[in-house]
Amino acid sequence: MRKILIVDDEPNIVMSLEYIFKKENFEVFIARDGTEAIEIAENNIPDIILLDIMMPNVDGYQVLKYLKGDENLSKIKVIFLSAKNKASDIELGLQLGADKYMSKPFSVKKLVKEVKELIK
Amino acid sequence: MSSFLVIFIIIIYLSVIFYVAYWAEKNSKSKWVNNPYVYTLSLAVYCTAWTYYGSVGLAATSGLKFLTIYLGPVIIIPAWIILMRKILKISKANKISSLADFISLRYGNSRFLGALVTIVCVLAIVPYISLQLKAISETFNVITDHKTITNSIVNDTTFYIAILLAIFAAFFGTQHTDASERHKGIITAVALESIIKLVFFLIIGIYVTFYLFNGPSDIYNQASFLPNFKSQQTINGLEGGFNWFFLTMLSMIAIMLLPRQFQVTVVENEREKYLKKVIWLFPLYLLLFNVFVIFIAWGGNIVFQNKNVDADLFTLMLPLVNGHELLALIVFLGGFSAAISMVVISTLALSTMLSNNLIIPYGFLTKYSKGKSSENTESIKNIRRVAIFTLIILAYFFYRSFTLNRSLVSIGLISFVIIAQLAPSFFGGLFWRRASSKGAKYGIIIGFLITVYTLIIPFTVESQLLSTSIVNNGLFGLKFLKPYELFGLQLFEPVPHAFFWSLFFNILVYVIISVIIVGNYRERNFAEMFVDSAKYAELHENAYVWKGEAYVSDIKQVLSRFLGEERTERALNLFYMKNGINVENPIADARLVNFSEKLLTGSIGSASSRILISTVVKEEEITLSEVLNILDETKKTKQSNVLLKERDKQKDEFLDTVAHELKTPITSIRALSEILLEDDEVDKETKNKFLSSIVTESERISRLINNILDLEKLETGKEQLDLKENSIENTIRKSMDATKQIADNKGVKLSFNGGIDSLLIYDEDRIEQVIINLLSNAIKFSKENYGEVIISAALKNNKGEVSVVDNGKGIDPNDLVSIFDKFYQSKNQTILKPVGSGLGLAISKQIIKSHNGEIWAENIIPQGAKLTFTLPFKLI
Repeated sequence: MRKILIVDDEPNIVMSLEYIFKKENFEVFIARDGTEAIEIAENNIPDIILLDIMMPNVDGYQVLKYLKGDENLSKIKVIFLSAKNKASDIELGLQLGADKYMSKPFSVKKLVKEVKELIK
Repeated sequence: MSSFLVIFIIIIYLSVIFYVAYWAEKNSKSKWVNNPYVYTLSLAVYCTAWTYYGSVGLAATSGLKFLTIYLGPVIIIPAWIILMRKILKISKANKISSLADFISLRYGNSRFLGALVTIVCVLAIVPYISLQLKAISETFNVITDHKTITNSIVNDTTFYIAILLAIFAAFFGTQHTDASERHKGIITAVALESIIKLVFFLIIGIYVTFYLFNGPSDIYNQASFLPNFKSQQTINGLEGGFNWFFLTMLSMIAIMLLPRQFQVTVVENEREKYLKKVIWLFPLYLLLFNVFVIFIAWGGNIVFQNKNVDADLFTLMLPLVNGHELLALIVFLGGFSAAISMVVISTLALSTMLSNNLIIPYGFLTKYSKGKSSENTESIKNIRRVAIFTLIILAYFFYRSFTLNRSLVSIGLISFVIIAQLAPSFFGGLFWRRASSKGAKYGIIIGFLITVYTLIIPFTVESQLLSTSIVNNGLFGLKFLKPYELFGLQLFEPVPHAFFWSLFFNILVYVIISVIIVGNYRERNFAEMFVDSAKYAELHENAYVWKGEAYVSDIKQVLSRFLGEERTERALNLFYMKNGINVENPIADARLVNFSEKLLTGSIGSASSRILISTVVKEEEITLSEVLNILDETKKTKQSNVLLKERDKQKDEFLDTVAHELKTPITSIRALSEILLEDDEVDKETKNKFLSSIVTESERISRLINNILDLEKLETGKEQLDLKENSIENTIRKSMDATKQIADNKGVKLSFNGGIDSLLIYDEDRIEQVIINLLSNAIKFSKENYGEVIISAALKNNKGEVSVVDNGKGIDPNDLVSIFDKFYQSKNQTILKPVGSGLGLAISKQIIKSHNGEIWAENIIPQGAKLTFTLPFKLI
């Protein structure tokens, strides 16, 4: 079974994503902030991470940097999900090595499609 | 050593120097070219062949006096951090390209003054350059063992060297038409030569001290048996003290005002902060250079005792008589490099002055105002090239036709004294507002004439073996006019004597005329700018020293004659953008006129650019007070611009946050409803959960929007407060009722801690809003089932005071003030976001502020937070 990690501090967003990816037969992990995300990623090595950027303490950029700096974690696919949609934010995200950047609010259908494509 | 070998080595050496200059010019952005070390080393152009040979000569004949030449710089250079910084600021802002330009600009773009300074400099420096050529020639003869001096130019190696130096200076010195641009090639080459000459001199110093003798004490012991030793090594009482004092003063002036020093220090300066290195590194360089001088001199005195050897040549002769030809060659090359750096930089500086302050303003302006840009720039460059060749050839013939049998030091000192005549106008102009151009003019002329009478005439008379009656008996046989003892002053040696009297009258005339005759408005405005340079930094930038009428098209035409159409267009566009001026406006404003003047200054000098620009503008007088008024206004506009920008930034940030806060619930709503729409298999329970979440998130959006609008109303003062006399206890009770439900849900105990009720004037709905906000925050941050929130009211200092205390975990001390900011979220927030818009406290603060009250947060012991607000008894 494919493993997906959802990182967001908004309970309702997490709830909807959890539902949809369970339905798509993923094993779903959830983290509410950056530190938790890193911890879960290290223990479970998911195939893909959906990562929010604006979170308390450790933000999404920092999480991605950490992942890219770790041999075991650097291959995990990462999609940024963020309300920040300025060109400069998107560029920074991709530069840091994210595979995809989706602005909030996003279409769930499209997100599922992108996820499947990335881990094919 | 064979002359061919030496010539061969000279050619190799010069090729290396040429190559380095070429490389630096090509790689002018390289960090090898742009650094404080290259800058500091280039200042060492101060140490010429005179230092190499003359210092030793002077030390051998008159003891420690040679030190004065280096003491002056060592004393004054630490003050550069203030003094030179000021000069650099002014020069950079006005694209100053030489000392003459600096003085001419300070006294209101005075064309005459610029020319006068140029002439004084040329007269002072040409003999000095010829001295360097003499040093090259003599040492060349010594090392190749030529006993006879060649009479034909064709056979004279020095002539070819002079021509090569002229080519070098002309090629690398005229890469840009704008003379205020930096000459990276030449400077880097000079810096390299400064290393070479120092290292070579240290080698010979160590050789003499430790190889020929057994260390300093050995030399001292042997030298102390020589006649005159004791009197040479002392200052010589009060008289000697005065001489020391004035010579030190003289070298202080020289290190700043010698044209080559002004060139390397001011014109070639890349960054002001390089000064921080210079102030300790350059004195260190001078110290190192002088460590061995006295030992070489004593060594020479011992070795060549009773032999007829010129003391100036001790440095070279010592290794030579001991059969160490290679070392002698090293000495020769060191002296050679010292000489050629001086020649190149001096001619470069003088040629810029000659072209920009004498030849162009007096001869070529009409031609340039009609010519094409390519012709004009080529012509300007050609003038400088011709000037360089003329100066060097002039110096060469000066050395050939006068028997310069005086020591190197004395001619060097004469040129110092002449240059020192510029000191009153230069430094006076920096610090004295009243100093005027007429004062400067006559001061310089009088000072120069006195120098001629007290120093140059007797010196020439003596060195050319003419009748010495004037020296011995005074002019017309009048004793008080004896050149070396003017007005019977017998205290000083010739150089300090001339320095004293020339500067005395120079300053006297300068001050008296400046006080009597006030300069014109232009001069006074520039005076203000130079003296108060820090305050008028903006004035430099946009110099408002002009008022009148001019058309942009006319000015453009003048500029493009020198810069070409394309560069003019580019420069003007940049200027328009920087100052936010409308491009369409056909009338030029003061800033444009002054900017254009400055743009041309580097190419043709400040006086000429002033004259050229003034041909197309109709100028009116502008008084200083007008300048100051305009300046004040610009300052105010600038300040309010900064304020506006800051406000804009805050607004942008606010909008960003609002967008983010709105998008978050929308994201949830969209995702949840999309699932409900697409997925028919959702079970009933999930469906209900999703739908109620959608409702909550929608409520969140409307709450946020209401809060934003609310805050906007309060912040802009659009909200009319419904002010009435109300009982504060009543309001508190009402608020408690409103929050009772959420407190009960969480199991938090909510209580009112009595106090005295009082009637205060306030808008009850608004204050209720504040109290509800504080209470719900307190409840939110209390522990479930253990929480306790207490609200109390009191009267203190004629104010009503309401506070809400909880027993939660308190507020991070860093956040105590910022929690009242819009959308502020603590860095140390717990994992779960507290529910709320992030605007509650910001709104509360605005409400309290509009009641002229205060609100603040603090932590209490042992645990919990306390939020308090006050309401005054009487509003306003």
